[in-house]
Amino acid sequence: MFAFIPVASAAGALEPDAEVLGAEAQRIETIERISRPTLAIFGADGQGGGSGVVISPDGYALTNFHVVAPTGPAMKCGLSDGRLVDAVLVGLDPGGDVALIKLLGDGEFPAADLGDSDAVHVGDWAYVAGNPFLLADNFKPTITYGIISGIHRYQYPAGTLLEYADCLQTDAAINPGNSGGPMFDAAGRLIGVNGRGSFEKRGRVNVGVGYAISINQIKRFLGLLKSGRIVDHASLGATVTTDEEGRVVVDDILDDSDAFRRGLRYGDELVRFGGREIGSANTFKNVLGTYPAGWRVPMTFRRDGREFERVVRLAGVHRGGELEALLHAEHEPPVPDQPPRRNEPLPPGDPPRRPPEERRPGRRSVPQAKMPRAVRDHYEVAPGYANYWFNRYHQQRVWNAYLARGDFAETGWDWKIGGNTATGGAVTIELAEKSGSIVMPDGQSGAQFGLSLTEEKSPPRSGGLLAALHLWQRLLLFGPRRFGEVYYLGTMPWPVGPAVPAGTRSSRPAEPALRDCLVATHGGVETRFYFNPDSGDLVGIEMQASDDEDPCEIYFSDVREVDGRHLPHQWTIRHGDELFAELKINSYDLASHAPSKDKE
Amino acid sequence: MLLVGSIFRISDCGMRIFSPNPQSAIRGSTELAEVNPQFLLAHVRAVALAVACLVAGTGDARASDGAASLADVARQVQPKVVKLYGAGGLRGLEAYQSGILISAKGHVLTVWSYVLDADEVTVVLDDGRRFEARHIAADPLTEIAVLKLEPGDDELPYFDLSQAVTAEPATRVLAFSNLFGIAAGDEAVSMLHGVVSALAPLDARRGAFATNYRGDVYVVDAAANNPGAAGGALTDSQGRLLGMLGKELRSSLTGTWLNYALPVRAFAPTVEEMLAGRFTPAELADVDRPEKPLSLAALGIVLVPDVVTRTPPYIDRVLPDSAAARAGLRPDDLVVMIDTQVASSCRDAVRLIERLEHDAAARIAVLRDNDFLEFTLKVQADEESAEEK
Repeated sequence: MFAFIPVASAAGALEPDAEVLGAEAQRIETIERISRPTLAIFGADGQGGGSGVVISPDGYALTNFHVVAPTGPAMKCGLSDGRLVDAVLVGLDPGGDVALIKLLGDGEFPAADLGDSDAVHVGDWAYVAGNPFLLADNFKPTITYGIISGIHRYQYPAGTLLEYADCLQTDAAINPGNSGGPMFDAAGRLIGVNGRGSFEKRGRVNVGVGYAISINQIKRFLGLLKSGRIVDHASLGATVTTDEEGRVVVDDILDDSDAFRRGLRYGDELVRFGGREIGSANTFKNVLGTYPAGWRVPMTFRRDGREFERVVRLAGVHRGGELEALLHAEHEPPVPDQPPRRNEPLPPGDPPRRPPEERRPGRRSVPQAKMPRAVRDHYEVAPGYANYWFNRYHQQRVWNAYLARGDFAETGWDWKIGGNTATGGAVTIELAEKSGSIVMPDGQSGAQFGLSLTEEKSPPRSGGLLAALHLWQRLLLFGPRRFGEVYYLGTMPWPVGPAVPAGTRSSRPAEPALRDCLVATHGGVETRFYFNPDSGDLVGIEMQASDDEDPCEIYFSDVREVDGRHLPHQWTIRHGDELFAELKINSYDLASHAPSKDKE
Repeated sequence: MLLVGSIFRISDCGMRIFSPNPQSAIRGSTELAEVNPQFLLAHVRAVALAVACLVAGTGDARASDGAASLADVARQVQPKVVKLYGAGGLRGLEAYQSGILISAKGHVLTVWSYVLDADEVTVVLDDGRRFEARHIAADPLTEIAVLKLEPGDDELPYFDLSQAVTAEPATRVLAFSNLFGIAAGDEAVSMLHGVVSALAPLDARRGAFATNYRGDVYVVDAAANNPGAAGGALTDSQGRLLGMLGKELRSSLTGTWLNYALPVRAFAPTVEEMLAGRFTPAELADVDRPEKPLSLAALGIVLVPDVVTRTPPYIDRVLPDSAAARAGLRPDDLVVMIDTQVASSCRDAVRLIERLEHDAAARIAVLRDNDFLEFTLKVQADEESAEEK
């Protein structure tokens, strides 16, 4: 080490210029800033390990699914200031290899600024922070530095899950233990979550190729992960192939898919999807892989030289329960002597010290009684959920926010609503407990609300407006706890303001924003209720009588107060690609009837 | 510039290495203590010079003074690098590699490898267009090959080899290739960054074989030479061509994987000959091959049938009254070395024997029941004439 002394003095003689020193100071500042939200994650017993990153001051943090799979719902997180805090699993995206966890403890946690991964270019500088090889015994993250080597990369699923679509590729070193940790741009904004590398024959250490899940994909999933669910990725219900002329064409399509109902057919050319030009079948897989199940995505396809623009509702990749079953199957002890996969998720940084039969996944591995108390107080087991505690919490949050806008429990079932169509014709809607009716300028319809609502689709071409209004009423009167089966889906895009400009038939021009969504099932019908997270208002209803039919969609806007309750005065009702009606509501008659306590 | 910052502050780094973490302190000191101060100083100067000409911004890698940012360089270089698909696909043998466009009319420079040993070699351009490539010429010495696409009237972006530059150690470099076959269709090839660590003679092996090319290569600190990277471009930070990424090789000295590129000057004259249609490849075997070569048959050795690519060279039969019989070779002996070269397959054994003169004394080492035995075989004059009948 004595050799350094002459070097230092000699280097000093070169007089680095101010720009160089300024750049150095800036880099040091950035590294300090990105170190703070970076986490070292361990199992509750201190074993295993990976990395993570805090994304909000209340302690929500991101990591990889494959980091928390061995730890189960309780984990310990080391912060760069040396603190070690308890954390609990919140939600899982096993297909995308993402897990949301929450740090438990008082005070604010240092959170990363979320960047825009679509604005990243090849050649941009990137920082990787984390705990490779579990080196940091004081939890100060290791920082590696490199450039973005590739963007919009597709990496095939490892096994049945863990597909990396549209991911970022970097030559900054990503090694075992970096899994789940952050990738930052040069300004220190979070652009991805690291989790995978290409290794092949050179062992499981970095050889210049690491991958990060893009933050823009995670942003779509984030609101869903907060629901405590196991979140599925999207499928179109159609597959595409690149033909000899380089066009991307549909080579298979399910006739009960939404894509089919939107008019997509075998042989159609896919032009744009989710705002991206589709130049190859790979690009399509890339874009599709970044969407959660149920998301609505604009799509353009071409047939006989004519282009069609549609918004398509994506289905899930897995059927109900299938994903959870896969999770358990994936985490059975691995079959020995499997050939190494070419590209694989990074292993946790530490070799397993417990026998494999004890390293079962998630909930089974740590008995609830042995969890730290802070974790136990934020954890609840339920089938299909990573942690039901958070679902219950958000159901109550959304509902309490709505109650602050109006309490309908005392109104009773008999409602009379009056208004006009866009062309000025009078509309009267009457709702009662067992029946409802609507009178419009071009006719009238009635509906009976029996035990099953699956066949109640009047008025014609509305998809079941009266049944949807009945379910709306049921939610308002009963609340989620007495409605029937209700869960919090998370946040989903829903158009802001009127869904269509008057007099047009176009698909849905209004820009969507993320809205809280409660899913409620009653009478065999699934209904989605969308709430504005800022105001608490109910902004939309989507009632789907069955999976292979278009829902009845009601877009609420122009919310004004009536007798102490906030109610929408503009309704846009759509079914499939058609606008059913646009109604201006000018009277709500809810309270003129006897309170309905006896009926509850 | 970031790089300079860290090197100027190397003494600080030394201090930080003695942090409370004993593990890293040990590792840091062992690596750095071996560096001799003069060497370091030379590097500091070299880096300072190199950096003076590339002021990539520190904020978002966009240049502040009008010089091209790395993102701009990427978009300028990537269209000149192509994805190549051919033979392979078996375990450990990727069926893809990279290539560089060297003319507007679709000449592609790449490494000469088994990937090209296919009826159809497909070249996919940066914009996703695919072409079947025609073989123009290959040079077994430098292991380069030139292919040709027919882009019609289109002018393709390309590297002009006559405009290639050279670089000194510590120059920042960029490596462009389709390593691991990550990019497909219209996806751009990958870009890695690093510096030239050394300009040094290639001393490397592929399996048992030394490489034919022994000239200088750019050794780089980026993990540039991964599967599929061979044939890619090494450029300076302005995107000017420095060399072509070579095949995956291990250092003869340490056995570690090398990251290197052939400098343009090592192959530019050959490529020029190839493009002019004047190139006649020097058959490597001919270079070493004597006028009248020795053969296994002349020695009285019959190897097992050569059925797979790397059939182990077991002796099947020893002909009676032959040189082999006299020396004491036996059936089931495994030929390990011929002269000083390792013979790892039947084909190797044949090739190595044919490098010897017909009347030379052949030293053959074999493995027999875990014993390593060496024999010297010499064909007698009368046997030789008998062989010629």
